Amino acid sequence: MIPAQDVVDLALAAAAESGRCDETIVIVTDRAEASLRWAGNSMTTNGVSTSRSTAVISVVHRGDSAHVGVRSSSVVDPDAVGALVAASAEAAHAAPEAGDAAPLLTGSGEPPDWGDPIPGTGAGVFAEVARALSDGFGRTDRLYGFAHHVVETTFVGTSTGVRRRFTQPTGSVEINAKRGDASAWAGASTPWFAEVDVETMLADLSTRLGWAKRRVELPAGHYETLMPPSTVADMMIYLNWSMEGRGAEEGRTALSAPGGGTRVGERLTDLPLTLFSDPHAPGLECAPFVHTSASTERMSVFDNGMDIARVDWVRDGAVSALAYPRAAAAEFGTSPSVPADNLLMTGGQASLADMIAATERGLLLTTLWYIRTVDPTTLLLTGLTRDGVYLIEDGVVTAAVNNFRFNESPLDLLRRATEAGVAEKTLPREWSDWATRAVMPALRIPDFHMSSVSQAQ
Amino acid sequence: MSSREIDEEFLALPRHRLADAAFSAATATGASYADLRIHAITTEIVHLRDGELETAVLDRDIGMAVRVIVDGTWGFASHAGLTPDIAAESARHAVGVAVTLAALNAERIELADEPVYPGVEWVSDYRVDPFSVPTAEKIAVLQDYSGRLQAADGVDHVTAMVTSVKEQTFYADTFGSSITQQRVRTLPVLDAVAVDAAAGRFESMRTLAPPTGRGWEAVVGDPHSGGHWDWAAELAELPVLLAEKTKSPSVVAGPTDLVIDPSNLWLTIHESIGHATEYDRAIGYEAAYAGTSFATPDKLGVLRYGSPVMNVTADRTVAHGLATIGYDDEGVAAQSWDLVRDGIFVGYQTDRVFAKRLGAARSTGCSYADSAHHVPIQRMPNVSLQPGSEDLSTADLIARVDNGIYIVGDKSWSIDMQRYNFQFTGQRFFRIRAGELDGQVRDVAYQAVTTDFWNSMEAVGGAATWRLGGAFNCGKAQPGQVAAVSHGCPSALFRGVNVLNTVEESGR
Repeated sequence: MIPAQDVVDLALAAAAESGRCDETIVIVTDRAEASLRWAGNSMTTNGVSTSRSTAVISVVHRGDSAHVGVRSSSVVDPDAVGALVAASAEAAHAAPEAGDAAPLLTGSGEPPDWGDPIPGTGAGVFAEVARALSDGFGRTDRLYGFAHHVVETTFVGTSTGVRRRFTQPTGSVEINAKRGDASAWAGASTPWFAEVDVETMLADLSTRLGWAKRRVELPAGHYETLMPPSTVADMMIYLNWSMEGRGAEEGRTALSAPGGGTRVGERLTDLPLTLFSDPHAPGLECAPFVHTSASTERMSVFDNGMDIARVDWVRDGAVSALAYPRAAAAEFGTSPSVPADNLLMTGGQASLADMIAATERGLLLTTLWYIRTVDPTTLLLTGLTRDGVYLIEDGVVTAAVNNFRFNESPLDLLRRATEAGVAEKTLPREWSDWATRAVMPALRIPDFHMSSVSQAQ
Repeated sequence: MSSREIDEEFLALPRHRLADAAFSAATATGASYADLRIHAITTEIVHLRDGELETAVLDRDIGMAVRVIVDGTWGFASHAGLTPDIAAESARHAVGVAVTLAALNAERIELADEPVYPGVEWVSDYRVDPFSVPTAEKIAVLQDYSGRLQAADGVDHVTAMVTSVKEQTFYADTFGSSITQQRVRTLPVLDAVAVDAAAGRFESMRTLAPPTGRGWEAVVGDPHSGGHWDWAAELAELPVLLAEKTKSPSVVAGPTDLVIDPSNLWLTIHESIGHATEYDRAIGYEAAYAGTSFATPDKLGVLRYGSPVMNVTADRTVAHGLATIGYDDEGVAAQSWDLVRDGIFVGYQTDRVFAKRLGAARSTGCSYADSAHHVPIQRMPNVSLQPGSEDLSTADLIARVDNGIYIVGDKSWSIDMQRYNFQFTGQRFFRIRAGELDGQVRDVAYQAVTTDFWNSMEAVGGAATWRLGGAFNCGKAQPGQVAAVSHGCPSALFRGVNVLNTVEESGR
């Protein structure tokens, strides 16, 4: 394969030479991936892969209107670049006017690391995980799980002189341990696998399986519930995905205000909670610029290369921002705000252990599963508790409880939360295919709605 | 199988040279078995918002995967490059992965036998290649459809989307099979929203046209002019139904008799039968992610899954099915078999490894990978509820209900990790009073335990009510893979299913 940087240059040169379109954006992403999966104390699937995606976005101006064509391909043959550029330009000429048009960014020039080698990954990254797992496989608990590492390096180049590069490492380890009918889960997010401690995860799992020695069946109902960081992350990620400005402005999301307008400014809680994304958050670094080949209500192809700043979606308990690409921001008279690929919430002090100790009677969750919208007007979501619901009595965990189906809205959870824990790095289990970078607190919900019992273990 | 042929561009790839290079390298470095798959997926997504183009992207993903068995352990490697050198290098990588991770493998990999199919081709049955239709024409059709909805009273916003996919594979293995295939699929969706800004409420309603293993004929025309779907009727009806829904009363929660239309029931089948009868799940291979299944091997042939009118088949052969194929990603020919017969659980879905583990003579042909860069796993075939022998119409089923709801169209879905407890919503909920439809209700969800639900099925409609629904986005495995799958079913009558009021569920 020719270097990805050369593909950017080749495509921009081909576009300039053909003269078929007014502006061109090229996005090339090199991806290296390694995976390891196991079940019942034996490896099941594994693999390594190397791939590249090249997207060519052509813009044609006709009077005041802009027209966009997008073609992308994983073909790595340099001879195919010219055809991709030509097809993209033809698509732009045939396209109706783009509703999200904005002037392309100009001129960053090549950053110092533009020409650096592109990092990869391979099965070797799992060496330490495999060693610890191998020990675990020899013990009595049954282990299931997955380790995954993806290293993506993205290059953005435009005919207006923008050159940006970012390497995104994304790693995770999830372990599900079973002992009899009891099931427990531990997960970790990691950029390069340097700090993953499988031994500690296995010890934590053993503790949790021990909590299940006593089992209590509880009916559906409203329970005081401690949501640990992973569960808070899954609910807050869904909330953040639902925070497009346009939908709220147009009255068709849960962030629309009765009587018109949006809920920006509405106080959800007196807890000093701030929900934000920040590409420079330590340990959760992610792309600090827009790179997208498809316009949505959250992102626009015209904004490619634009800086992504920290956005406080909820600040000190009040809704503070919604997502607007530049064109939508101009249309609705507000500032652009683009979500980075991470999510954090801060504002609590207590450790989860302290929150457990302060609970007279309540439930402690582990993870959530199969979360889907039930009613978009309130952002009511349904889902299941999974791999460990524990009963807290007089400040200590005394038993494992059956699983439940819940019906809850993340907005309402923020409205009703009575305590937040200290923010800590966590792996959101439900959404880890798409979102692994999260820092979240635990939340205490006085009346979490368990709609029905699930027999699932 | 259609009279169409595989695209020349795909046939021109050095398929056999890549396979030869990979197999030579694999066997030379210690592999006892190897297969090679060239996998190309071309996807075009066109999305309009309120009649304006939001995005139109055409993507072609192509790559090559080599899978090997070394001393009873799998190894897998893939690459975007399509040269014999890269094929050989990928084979060596795959062997390296198998050797590196062999210590973690406690179960020796063995494959169920299958006849060898050298040099065969298969193409799905479609009339108009969606990639022969210019993007501008696709946009124009969606603008027309959006405009019809937007022009109607009470419709404030419309989204319109069509996704077109062409999937091409070349599969070869060291047993001697070499199989080249091509299929297309199409997903058209329009969604209309009515906003009551003063009250801070909104309602939406989506078209019922299903995703299908057809070409552009699924998006244009009507059955009278050779099309697949009556778009004129659907687009005319939808705003009227949406306006009625916005004025409808909120449902009264509690046990309720339901007549469920195939446009909703397909998804309940998918979640509560399709996934529950995957053998790999049932024995724990998805335990940490997608989950396991209550339908464990000890229940095979014993468990009363549902009432005696419940007959469920699996197939990879039904015309226009999204999981329909000639041969799976392990070179196993497509088949059809029973999962539930007369209400009893009788069958699983398998690939070649899990067929062997189950003690079956042959795989049911359910191996699939969603790209060159993913390992083939056991994926769902088309899973369908069979119509009744008695030729009951949907109206006949409704006539049996004194006080109930007729549910049309799918919307939200969720089921637990052993496939017991599920909750679904829908697009349209018609109240049934004294055996007849009596307007709509809103805020409906139904919640049940899988076997309770299927045992409450009193009657199924006849063949005239049978429709094929489905999805493009069925998820499974880690790294996550998506697959398209169809589910056919008749209308069916269920007694005493727990209906929730979703406003009450939110505590309001």
